Amino acid sequence: MSLLSVQGLSVAIRGDDGVLHELVSAVSFDIAAGETMGLVGESGCGKSLTAMSILDLLPKPQALRSAGTLSFKGESISSASPRRLREIRGKNIAVIFQDPMTALNPVQTVSQQISEVLAIHFPEQSKKCRADRVLSLLHEVGIPAPQERLSAYPHQLSGGMRQRVMIAMALACEPDLLIADEPTTALDVTIQAQIVRLLKGLQAKNGMAMLFITHDLALVSQVSDKIAVMYAGKIAEYGSAQQVFAKPHHPYTQSLLAALPGAHHPPKSPLLALEGQVPAIQDMPKGCRFVNRCPHAADICREEIPPQDITTDATVVACHRWKEIAQ
Amino acid sequence: MSDLILDVQNLQLHFSQRRGIFGRERAVVRAVDNVSFQLRAGETLGLVGESGCGKSSLGKAILNLHRPTNGRVIYQGKDIAGLTDRAMREYRRSLQIIFQDPFESLNSRHTVSAILEEPLLIHGIGDRDSRRKRVDALLDMVGLPSSASSKYPHEFSGGQRQRIGIARAIALKPTVLICDEAVSALDVSVQAQILNLLLDIQRELHLSMLFISHDLGVVRHMSDRIAVMYLGQIVEIGDAQAIYQQARHPYTQGLLAAIPKIGHTPEETSQIGGDIPSPMAPPSGCRFHTRCAYAQEKCKAEVPSLTAKDDRHFTACHFWEELIHSA
Repeated sequence: MSLLSVQGLSVAIRGDDGVLHELVSAVSFDIAAGETMGLVGESGCGKSLTAMSILDLLPKPQALRSAGTLSFKGESISSASPRRLREIRGKNIAVIFQDPMTALNPVQTVSQQISEVLAIHFPEQSKKCRADRVLSLLHEVGIPAPQERLSAYPHQLSGGMRQRVMIAMALACEPDLLIADEPTTALDVTIQAQIVRLLKGLQAKNGMAMLFITHDLALVSQVSDKIAVMYAGKIAEYGSAQQVFAKPHHPYTQSLLAALPGAHHPPKSPLLALEGQVPAIQDMPKGCRFVNRCPHAADICREEIPPQDITTDATVVACHRWKEIAQ
Repeated sequence: MSDLILDVQNLQLHFSQRRGIFGRERAVVRAVDNVSFQLRAGETLGLVGESGCGKSSLGKAILNLHRPTNGRVIYQGKDIAGLTDRAMREYRRSLQIIFQDPFESLNSRHTVSAILEEPLLIHGIGDRDSRRKRVDALLDMVGLPSSASSKYPHEFSGGQRQRIGIARAIALKPTVLICDEAVSALDVSVQAQILNLLLDIQRELHLSMLFISHDLGVVRHMSDRIAVMYLGQIVEIGDAQAIYQQARHPYTQGLLAAIPKIGHTPEETSQIGGDIPSPMAPPSGCRFHTRCAYAQEKCKAEVPSLTAKDDRHFTACHFWEELIHSA
């Protein structure tokens, strides 16, 4: 049984004209216990909205979950009461965000913030017990001299240290699932490598599952067991990370990989750039949302929404023409 | 040599800050400390390093946007410190800069044609008609339709705004273009478009470029030579290929190994421990010694200078030769 199952999830936003626009459309995926699922796509493709809707953290009233079911450990959370959701948030499913400076409370010390989580979810614990746990958490996330950092305020810490504090807060209740929304995007590469290694190490130790959201293809390929590539609110391709990167079937995934500068391109040679840009929500194409930029677009792509096909590599691809393209 | 465009010699840029009650303590941020390099006609020098290493400050010091504390910038044989106001205007006409965020660097109350015409007006170039024509030609060069000229910056996407920024930068036919994180805010598919455009324009106008970025993949793609900065100093400089294939400085090696690569596991990305020290109190001796796996007593005491076996690949490390032999 999967830990989290998302079926046909749609998120809509009400435009100035009062019309509902689907920013996320019919997204489905599963995360098994201990597994890492990567959600990758360019800005505005709906990856963060997808994640936030799982915990019902959408910016209301503008955005709302317009369709779909979510089940966590067999329990439906799409219809759960706010009270039940508050219990799940933090305790069973925790989140870390991109910018730890805005996610942390600037006027509370590190130890106050972490013990608050414990106080909410384990009110029966003694103060002493909580203080010990905070210290061991800071130690676990690799903060040097944790005893001295207890009374530090967020602004006194570096970006990498703040993200470690965020991770310590998220891990405080030993969640089953950690949602990491661009957790290393604001950090330098050397610090990013430290944080990624820390997350993978903690995951191996605690057996928690992870939903890892990023725009960085190489990073997502490193951390994930499974990935979903999103474009304009829809999943274009979904499957084992190894398969999707070794043999991408969707033209969008193929173009993204080709557009990435790196060792496989001769320096100063033209990159294979995708022309045009993501369509605006008011004028989403009727059929495939990628049709305007796709080098393989045909008439059927303009008219019909592509079905989710299962490829020979056991990945799922939403493209009318993937078989022809493969040839 | 005649094709030497820019010769930067021992450039220093220090900012002093007043701290403490009544500003009695003074702290000096050594943003750029003794940096020397040369830039030749048509060449691209990539400048990489983590945030706060002084790469943007270096760009601004060269443009004289911040007056250097010490050292010399020699442009086509003339020291810019001795330029008259009039000659300084000429100098700034020859060196142009493109910034990271095209939204903040374009005046939101001006139309695109006003934005592109302004540099021509300031420098008193052409009459009304010829300026109009020049604006159209510029838009065409950066791949925007001429209808764009009557629109405002907010009507464009990030990639298109960056095209406007590029058009403005080349309006005065500069000899040197400084790109300060010019594609860092863009998505991969749009980034590839802009990188292709910059390469085309460089070839067409025979521009020299100083390409500043924290993204090592992008820098590799764009540069002929690369300088790696750490805490205000260049630690290694040489041909792009040599830097990427035979990096000699432990920092460069660690930085390159920290980039996630498709098909690698996080364990394969090597790790530089610790955080970047504060540029207000840089470590003694080699500034990297606090994070270097090979640091010895000598590194704490003596500042290494840039040395080379040949005339092309310079490294500021006491032990680079020994490290290569032992590897």
